[in-house]
Amino acid sequence: MSVANKEFKPLIVAFCCNWCSYAGADLAGTSRLAYPAEVKIIKVPCSCRVNPLFALRAFQKGADGVIICGCHPGDCHYSTGNYYTRRRITLLYSLLDYLGIEKGRTHLEWVSAAEGTKFAATMNKFVETIHELGENVRLEDLRCKSE
Amino acid sequence: MQRIGVFVCHCGTNIAGTVDVAEIVEMAKPEPGVVHAAEYPYMCSEAGQNMIINAVKEHNLSGVVICSCSPRMHEATFRKAAEKAGLNPYMVEIANIREHCSWIHKDKAEATQKALTLTRAAIAKVQLNSPLFPDESPVTKRALVIGGGIAGIQTALDIADAGFEVDIVESTPSIGGKMAQLDKTFPTLDCAACILTPKMVDASAHENITLYTYSQVDKVEGFVGDFTVTIRKKARSVDFEKCTGCGACSEKCPSKKSPSEFDQGLCTRPAIYTPFAQAVPNVPVIDREACLKFKTGKCGLCETVCAPKAINFEQEDELVERKYGAVVMATGYEPVSLDKFGEYSYDSSPDVITSLEFERLTNAAGPTGGALTRLSDKRKPKSVTFIQCVGSRDVTQRGKAYCSKICCMYTAKHAMLIKEKYPDIEVNIFYIDVRTPGKAFDEFYRRAEDEYGVRYIKGQVGKVIDNGDHLQIQAVDMLDNKKMELQTDMVVLATAIEPVESAKSIATMLTASIDTNNFMTEAHPKLRPVESPTAGVFLSGVCQGPKDIPETVAQAGAAAAKVIGLLVKDKLMSNPCTAKPDELYCNGCSVCENVCPYGAISYEDCEVNDHGVREVRRVAQVNKALCQGCGACAVTCPSGAMDLQGFSNRQIQAEVDAICR
Amino acid sequence: MHGNNDYQQEQIRTISGAEDRKCMKCGKCSASCPSYDSMDIRPHQFVSYLRGGDIDAMLSSKSIWKCISCFACVERCPRDVKPAQIIEAARLMVIRQQGENYLSPDDVPELLDPELPQQLLASAFRKYAK
Repeated sequence: MSVANKEFKPLIVAFCCNWCSYAGADLAGTSRLAYPAEVKIIKVPCSCRVNPLFALRAFQKGADGVIICGCHPGDCHYSTGNYYTRRRITLLYSLLDYLGIEKGRTHLEWVSAAEGTKFAATMNKFVETIHELGENVRLEDLRCKSE
Repeated sequence: MQRIGVFVCHCGTNIAGTVDVAEIVEMAKPEPGVVHAAEYPYMCSEAGQNMIINAVKEHNLSGVVICSCSPRMHEATFRKAAEKAGLNPYMVEIANIREHCSWIHKDKAEATQKALTLTRAAIAKVQLNSPLFPDESPVTKRALVIGGGIAGIQTALDIADAGFEVDIVESTPSIGGKMAQLDKTFPTLDCAACILTPKMVDASAHENITLYTYSQVDKVEGFVGDFTVTIRKKARSVDFEKCTGCGACSEKCPSKKSPSEFDQGLCTRPAIYTPFAQAVPNVPVIDREACLKFKTGKCGLCETVCAPKAINFEQEDELVERKYGAVVMATGYEPVSLDKFGEYSYDSSPDVITSLEFERLTNAAGPTGGALTRLSDKRKPKSVTFIQCVGSRDVTQRGKAYCSKICCMYTAKHAMLIKEKYPDIEVNIFYIDVRTPGKAFDEFYRRAEDEYGVRYIKGQVGKVIDNGDHLQIQAVDMLDNKKMELQTDMVVLATAIEPVESAKSIATMLTASIDTNNFMTEAHPKLRPVESPTAGVFLSGVCQGPKDIPETVAQAGAAAAKVIGLLVKDKLMSNPCTAKPDELYCNGCSVCENVCPYGAISYEDCEVNDHGVREVRRVAQVNKALCQGCGACAVTCPSGAMDLQGFSNRQIQAEVDAICR
Repeated sequence: MHGNNDYQQEQIRTISGAEDRKCMKCGKCSASCPSYDSMDIRPHQFVSYLRGGDIDAMLSSKSIWKCISCFACVERCPRDVKPAQIIEAARLMVIRQQGENYLSPDDVPELLDPELPQQLLASAFRKYAK
C-alpha cells in the first residue's frame, strides 16, 4: 500500500480539566458545535495533573498532536493548578524545540465551562495546524506500532 | 485481571442515531478483561440501572464501563448503582460518547470509530482501577472566630444560637471593632453604639460564647473538622476574676499621656485603661510600655486603690490550646497610612484629619463631647472640606487600586451630621465619582445636597496648604473647568481602607490564600463567597473585601450558616481521589510540599521496609482530609513517588495508549 | 488627514510613554498645576484630547509653552497617566516639525546666574531643545 495515497488522519490527544475545559467540551457537545473526530479527550482533575511525559508518551505512541486545556488563569478550581501547568508546558515547549519537534504539535489553551464555542474553535484550529505540520514521524517509536 | 462489563447506552437516538451501538458492543467484547457487554436504550433509567446491577452479580464483575453521556451528568448515578450491586463505586468509568462524540459528529462510521476508541480508553483505565474508600474524620463541634468586630460578633452569635460553642479571639482589650468607634451609621443615621453595644453584651453573656480579648492566635495546626489552635492571652496585669470594673485604677493612674487608640490618638488615656466606657469585657489592661511601675518600678497606685486586689504586675502571657472544627476570619480593616500623601498636609496640619478621626470628633462620647472644633486652636470651623478617594483607586505605589466602597456614603453622612448640628458651617465635598449603589443609598447622598445644601465639586484636590488661620485648597472644578482656591478651616480625608496587617500572618497559619491587596481569597468569587479555598476556613467582613455594615452583617450570617452546616455533621467524608506517596520511592525532597495549595503534604520520619532493610526515612505524608486531589504534587515529584488515586500515572498512560493504539 | 492624526496620536503616546487610557478624570493634574490659569488647554484636557485624538488642538495650544515642567501632575496622578509628559511630547513634536533648537548649549553660560536653580535649566532644555 502506498503511504502517499493515504489521506492523513491525524491522531490528537486532548487533556481537559474536570472543572472548566471538560465542561466546556460538554457544552460544545450540547450546543452541537462540530470539531474533528480525531480529537480524543482524556479527563483529568486539573490541568496540573498532566505530566509533560504524558504528552511525550502520546507522541511516542503515534499521536500527531497533544492539546492541554485548563481553566483560565485565576479561575482554577484548585487556585493555582493552571499556573503550574503554564510553567511546565513552557518547559515542554523548549524540550520539544530542543528535540527538533515542531512546537505547534503541543498546545495549551484556557477554556472555561462557558466557552463551548471556544472549545470547538480551538480544536478546529489545532487540527488544522496538525494537518499543516503533517504526520508525526520524528517522535513516533516504531517499535510501539502494533501493525 | 479485572472482570469488566461494558454497557452501551442508546440515549434514545441521541447516541444510537450517530453511533452504531451494536458494533461497539461487539468490538468491546474481545478487549482484554471484558467478560460481558450489553446495550440498552436508556442506561440511566431504573431498568437500565437494574441491568447493570444484575450483570455485576451474574458475571461477578469487578469493573464497569458505561458508554453514555458525560460523567458530569450521570457518573454519580452509575456509581450508586454499582454500590447497590456490591461493587466499589470507584470501579466505574464512563466513556463519554454523547457530548464528546455522537452530538458533534455526523458521519456514522467516523463517530462509531471514535466511540470505540473512547470505550477502549475507559476499559484500559478501569483495568487499573482499585477500590477507593472515602476517609472519615471527626468534627470538633466548636468554632473559632478571629476578630471581635461586628463581623466576628455576628458570626459568633449566629453560630452560638444554633447551639454550638464559639470562641472569639480579639487582639484589643475589648470587642466592638471599628463599628464601636463610629458615631452614626448610614443610611438611617442611627447611632452605632446603640445598635452595637447590645450585641456586644449578648456575645459576652451567651452561654456558648467565650471571649478571648487582648489575645492573639499564635499557632494553627490540623485541618477541617480538627484544628488545634494556640491562643496567646496577653498579660492584662489585671485579674479577670477579681476585677469589678469600677474604674478607680484608671482614675488614679498618674501616667495619662498615652494616645488613645480608640479615639484615634485625638486624646490621651491612662496607662491602665479600658478602651471605651462600654467596653466588653469591662476589665482594664495595663499598657506596660507606659506604666511607671513597669518602667521605673515606682508607683503601684492602681494596686493601692484597687479594693478587690485585682492588680497583678507579675501576670504573664498565657497560652491556651483548643480544638476547633471550623475557623472564621473576621479580622477587619485599618485606614491606610497617609505618609506618602504629603500634598494633603495630613502630617503637618492638625486640622487635616481622616474620616475615622472625624467619627470620634463628632461622637458625643468622643474627645470633644461631640463639639466640632479645630484641633489646632479649638475654634469652631466656619467651613469644612471633605476630600474623597484619598489613596483609593490609586494605581501608583502610594495607594490602593481598588475602590474602598464605604467612603462615598460615610462622607455624605459626615456632611449631613455637620449640617444637622451646625447649619451655618459651609461644607464642600471634592469627589471623582460618587458611588452609592445600595438600598436607600443614592437617596441618602442626594439629601446631603438637596436638603442640607452640601456642595459637591467634581475634581480631586491638588494640594492643601496650612497657612495658620486657614487651610487653602487648590483644586479644579472639572465641570466648570475653573480653578478653585478655596479657604477652609478643616479638611477631612476619606482615607482608603486595607486589611489589618496581622491578617497576612494568620492566613499563612491557616494556609488560606490572600490576594495582592492582602484581602482573603474566596473559594469561588460568585458561588462560594464566604468560604476560603482551604476547607474549614470561612470569611466574614472586610477581611474579604471592602464592605459596609449591612453587607458585613449579611456575610457574617452567611459564614455562620456555612460553619453550622459543617459542625452539625458528626463525620466528614473526604473525596478518596487523593494523592498517595510511595514511601519507598520518596526521597524527601519537599518539592510536593511546596506546590500543594492546601498544605496537605507534610514530611515525617517513618520507618520503611525497603526490601527487607528497615530504616527511618523522611518521607512525604498526605493528609487526606486536606487533599483536594488536583494532582500538582504527582507531576512535580521527581522520583515518581507521589501519585493521584483515581487518576494515577498508569491509568492516564493506559488511556493515552488506548487512544493511540 | 485623519490617517496623519492617528499617526501623531501614536507618536505622542510613544514619545511620552503616557497612558491616557488609564485616566479616571479626577482632575488632580490640573488641580496641582501652577500654570493652570495661564493655559488655554488644561493638563487634564491634554489627556482627554490625546484620548480622543484631537492632536491639532494640542499642537496649536499655547499651553505647551506655559507648562513649566514641574511634574507635579505626574507625581500626584493616582493613575500613573503622566500628563506633563504628554505636554512635553506635544511640544517636542512642534519643535521637531519646525526643525530648530530654541536653546543651544553654547548660550547657557551667558544665561547663568547664581540664583538660577539647576532644575530650571533642565526644564528649559526640555522645553526649548530638540
